[in-house]
Amino acid sequence: MSIALTAPPPSRMRLGIRTGLIIAVLLLAALPILNMLPRDSAFHVSDFIVSVTGKWICYAVLALSLDLAWGYAGILSLGHGAFFALGGYAMGMHLMRLIGPRGAYGHPVLPDFMVFLGYTELPWFWHGFQSFPYAMLMVMLVPGALALVVGFLAFRSRITGVYLSILTQAMTYALMLAFFRNDMGFGGNNGFTDFKELLGMPLGTPSARAVLFYASLVLLVGSMLLCAALTRTKYGRVLTAIRDAESRARFLGYDTTRHKLFAFVLSAMLAGLAGALYVPQVGIINPGEFSPGNSIEAVIWVAVGGRGTLVGALLGAFSVNALKTWLTSAAPDLWLFALGGLFVAVTLFLPRGLIGLFDRVKKGRGA
Amino acid sequence: MKGRSLYLDGVTVVFDGFRALNNLSLVVEPGELRAIIGPNGAGKTTMMDVITGKTRPTSGTVRFGDMDLTRLDEPTIANLGIGRKFQKPTVFDDLTVFENIELALKAPRGPIACIKWHLTGEAADRIGQVMTEVGLVERAHDPAGILSHGQRQWLEIGMLLAQDPELLLVDEPVAGMTDAETEHTAAMLVGIAGKRSVVVVEHDLEFVRALGRRVTVLHEGSVLSEGSIDHVQNDPRVIEVYLGR
Repeated sequence: MSIALTAPPPSRMRLGIRTGLIIAVLLLAALPILNMLPRDSAFHVSDFIVSVTGKWICYAVLALSLDLAWGYAGILSLGHGAFFALGGYAMGMHLMRLIGPRGAYGHPVLPDFMVFLGYTELPWFWHGFQSFPYAMLMVMLVPGALALVVGFLAFRSRITGVYLSILTQAMTYALMLAFFRNDMGFGGNNGFTDFKELLGMPLGTPSARAVLFYASLVLLVGSMLLCAALTRTKYGRVLTAIRDAESRARFLGYDTTRHKLFAFVLSAMLAGLAGALYVPQVGIINPGEFSPGNSIEAVIWVAVGGRGTLVGALLGAFSVNALKTWLTSAAPDLWLFALGGLFVAVTLFLPRGLIGLFDRVKKGRGA
Repeated sequence: MKGRSLYLDGVTVVFDGFRALNNLSLVVEPGELRAIIGPNGAGKTTMMDVITGKTRPTSGTVRFGDMDLTRLDEPTIANLGIGRKFQKPTVFDDLTVFENIELALKAPRGPIACIKWHLTGEAADRIGQVMTEVGLVERAHDPAGILSHGQRQWLEIGMLLAQDPELLLVDEPVAGMTDAETEHTAAMLVGIAGKRSVVVVEHDLEFVRALGRRVTVLHEGSVLSEGSIDHVQNDPRVIEVYLGR
C-alpha cells in the first residue's frame, strides 16, 4: 500500500491553544507569589483575588469533568454538582475529624454538631476519615460509586437525552434533601465548618491558601492532561461516536453501556476531587452545594466555553465565574437574569461557544 | 471460510397486535448472496432488527451457526460476525473517513482496549485498503459530515468491510444512487459474497436482477415466494401483491 496513511490528522488542540494554556497556567501560578509582595507594590495581588481564583480553579475542574461526560460521551448530566459536593463532604469529614478536642464542646472525638444533636458515639461511616489517605480515597470512591450505580441503571435501560438529564437532576435534588436532614449524620443544613487544619497546616493562613491554590492548579493541569490524552485515543473517538449515533456504535460491536459508564465514573471522580479541594478553600460545606442550580450553572459554563473541546470548559468556567463575581457585587439582582440570558444567547448565537467564536474570527481573517 | 448459516424458523414479531413478522422461515447458506424484496411493511427491516438483536421475536428461532441470536444484544451479535448497513446511511459525522473505518476495524471493543489501541502499520494498511475499495482514499481526513449522500453509503459499506463480518445485512444500499453507482454497488456485493454471506434488502428490481442470485419475496411478514428473479417475477401470487401494482 503506497498511500501515505500513517495516522489520523494531528491533535485538535492546536499549537495556539496550547501556548495560551501554558501562559494561563503560568499567570495563575504567579498569583500567590504576587500576593506575598508588600501591599504597596504595584504588582501586589489581594487575598481576595487569590482565594476567589482558587475557587474558580476547582470550578474549572468540575467543568472539565462535565465536558468529558457531556461534550464527548453525550451524557448531559444536570447533577454533576452532586459529585462535586460528595467529594467536598468526604474532605469535610476529614477536616471535622482533625478538629478533635478543639471544638466548642471540647469532645475528644465527636464533632460539635454531633454533641449538639445528642450523639453518644461516632456513626460507623465516620470511622477512618481521620486518615488523610482514606479520606482522599473516599473523595474519589464515593462519587465514583454513585456514578457507577446511577449510570449502570440508566445506561443499561437505555435512558438517554432529556430523560437522563432529569434523572441526574433528581439525583442531586434527592441528595440535597437527604443531607438537609439532621439524622443523616452530616450536620444537617449547617453542614461542616470551623475547620482547623489539614495535613498539619493551619487553615486560613496565607501559606495554607497558597498551598491549596497550587494543589488545585496541579489538579487542574493533571485533569486537563488526562482528559486531553484520553480523548485523543480511540476511546475518545468511540465516545464521540456514541454521542452522535449510539445505536450505530452498538451495531459496530461497541458495548456502549460500558463505554459511557467508564467516562461517567471517571468524570464523577474528577468532580469529587475538585469538590475536595474547594471545601478547605471556602471553609464550609453544606447541603446547598447539592442544589440543582449549581449543577445547571456548571452546564452553562461548559456551554458558554464550547463543549467537546476541554479548553472551552476551562474558558467557560473562568469567564462565567468572573462575570458572576463582578455582577453579584455590582448588581446582585441582575445575576440570575444575566446567567439565563447568557445561556439563551449562547445557545442561539454561539452553538459552539466562545471557542467556536475564536475559530470563526480566525477563519474570517484567513479568508 | 468459516461457514455458519443463518437460520430463521417460525419467527413472529407482534407490535401492539400488529404482526410485523408472521411465522417467517428463511435459511441463508454460508457464502450465499440473497436478495430480499417486498412491498413496504412486508417486514424486511423488522427481520433485520430481529437478526441483529434490536428487536426480540415474540416467538420462533433465530440461529447463526449454533448461536441463539434471540438471547444476545446488539454488540454481542455484531462481534459474532454479523454486520449491518442501515437504510439511511449512519456514519459518525464528526469523525473523519479514516476514523470511521478505524472504529469499525475488527479489534477488541472494550474501553481499556480502546485507550491502549494504537494504529499499527497493518491496521493502517487495512484501512487504506478498505478506503480504496470504496473509493474514498482522497477523502481520508475529511469529516464524514461533509460527504455526499453516495459517499456516505460507500463509507458505510467500507465500515462493514472493515468489521470483517461473516454475514452482512445490507438495507437498501442503492437508494438515492445514480445508475452507474448502482451497477458498481451490485458488482461489489457480488464480489463480497462467497467470502461472506450477504443478505440485501432492496426495492430496486433492476438492481436485484443485476445481482443475479436467489430472491426471497416477503409479504405481510412471511415468505411469499423464493427462487430466481425470473421465477418470482412470474409467480402469480407475487404479481398480485407486489409486482402487479
